[in-house]
Amino acid sequence: MLDTIFFYLFALLTLLGAVLTITRRSAVHSAISLIVSLVGVAGLFLLQRAEFLFAVQIVLYIGGIMLLFLFVIMLVNLDRAERERQFSKAWWLALACVVGVGAEIAYFLTKGPAAFQFPPGAASPGVASAAAGGNVERLADALFSEYLLPFEMASLLLLVAVVGSVILAKKRI
Amino acid sequence: MEILQHPLFLPVVLTLAIVGIFPLVSGYIVLVERKVLADIQVRLGPMRVGPQGLLQPLADALKLLIKEDLIPAAADKTIFWIAPCISTFTALTAFSVLPFSPILRVVDVNVGLLIVSAMSAVGILGIILGGWSSNSHYPLLGALRGAAQLVSYEVALALALLSGVMMAGTLSMVGIVKAQLERGVWFAFDNFGLMLVPFMVYLISAIAETNRAPFDLPEAESELVAGFHTEYSGFRFALYFLAEYTNIFVVASVAVTLFWGGWLRPFPNVAWLDWPLSAGVPFLVLAGSGFASIFLLKRQPSAAQRYILLVVILGLIFLGSLFLIPVVTRAASAPFWFFFKVGVFIYGMIWFRGTFPRFRYDQLMSIGWKYMIPIGMGAILVNAVVGMLKGH
Repeated sequence: MLDTIFFYLFALLTLLGAVLTITRRSAVHSAISLIVSLVGVAGLFLLQRAEFLFAVQIVLYIGGIMLLFLFVIMLVNLDRAERERQFSKAWWLALACVVGVGAEIAYFLTKGPAAFQFPPGAASPGVASAAAGGNVERLADALFSEYLLPFEMASLLLLVAVVGSVILAKKRI
Repeated sequence: MEILQHPLFLPVVLTLAIVGIFPLVSGYIVLVERKVLADIQVRLGPMRVGPQGLLQPLADALKLLIKEDLIPAAADKTIFWIAPCISTFTALTAFSVLPFSPILRVVDVNVGLLIVSAMSAVGILGIILGGWSSNSHYPLLGALRGAAQLVSYEVALALALLSGVMMAGTLSMVGIVKAQLERGVWFAFDNFGLMLVPFMVYLISAIAETNRAPFDLPEAESELVAGFHTEYSGFRFALYFLAEYTNIFVVASVAVTLFWGGWLRPFPNVAWLDWPLSAGVPFLVLAGSGFASIFLLKRQPSAAQRYILLVVILGLIFLGSLFLIPVVTRAASAPFWFFFKVGVFIYGMIWFRGTFPRFRYDQLMSIGWKYMIPIGMGAILVNAVVGMLKGH
């Protein structure tokens, strides 16, 4: 019961934030709305007992990425952008995307749980995480054993991005 | 009595107590800070309100509450209104995972430490939004400085925390203290003293995270008036102030929990030290400071102040003697040691403020990126190898 209330609360937060992000004129207001939306997603993670994802969502997205967004928005002058027409002319593309996603959601809603295929051994997540001692430990086990190569590849990608941004920003090193 | 057994009883009572009492505590941290700084600078500090200025925080709080609340005409009103709330809310939320003693805690979650760092990350939004919404030059500069500084030092802080988490093997705050009890040593002195390196990294980054001298560039008085909260007055300013001192308390608590053994007394595994450290030291500290204040009685200018000081002295001696009763010792020595260590840490932060000059901005950045982060990474590597060789 409580879970349901919280689910609708966080879902409302997510959607409201998303809608405000694209409708507000001021860039700072848009960024704040996006933060609200991300908080809603973090709450949904928490409802799914993914505590680690919840914390990381807040630390990285809100404390890191959105903060830098705000930082940049405050540094550049956005007066001109505020006066321009807000909606782009590619609305038919957006409409096609909306119709596509809507059709997908409608399909899942009508089909119900039968639309998803679970692997035969998968237990319900709450039981499994309690047995293995928490979400963080299980995630670490999965990342460093089963998915070690993709994980290290991702870190290499980040390293390349860091080096690249330094080279772009600094002409003489 | 049924309500006492309810699993939510203690958390709710403790939450109300923290929200209700902490503003007063932070007021007294301010008083201690002013007094210690005054002592370092050979002054007296606040002396007028109450005996030795003891009631100054109450007067300050009253002044802040009844002061006129100004909002600049060109400010973004909604954000101006909400920014200090973000700061205070996140700072107080971080309290929910701090364990003051084995039982005295709001909640023990398995990502406790991450919650604290998440809250401190969101707290930056309060600073940057407050500075931007004021629509004024000094606050904006202060906010930009603050955001850059906090993002830089957050990385070093996380790396320092990671060393401690690696030793504990858990992110739960209670689990971290229990791991130290099992190993019989505070993590700061573990691994042949090698853990002192991440502790120092944490200490320096924590001071930078709380915007305190020598890293107080976001609110450098001589350059930016008051930094990001220049345009704030009255109660909103009080909220920022509360958030700042709450953050100081929280980083001190995290340092104590992760590196100084949380609620554990020193030498937690030496049995014969139990009575002297669980009962003797609290008695000496509390009753001793009571007795030491007796000579101040003669110096009070009026009978009323003498009377208030006498009540304070008797209260301290009474509290100290309570620790000699075995039942109280068992229950209260853990919180005593927790708060005592937090007090020592906060005293250290005040001491730094009184003795170090402010860094230049480029020095601040080079300390953060060129020293703290590499040292923090190296500490993780070395402590991982040494910890494995020790056979943990």
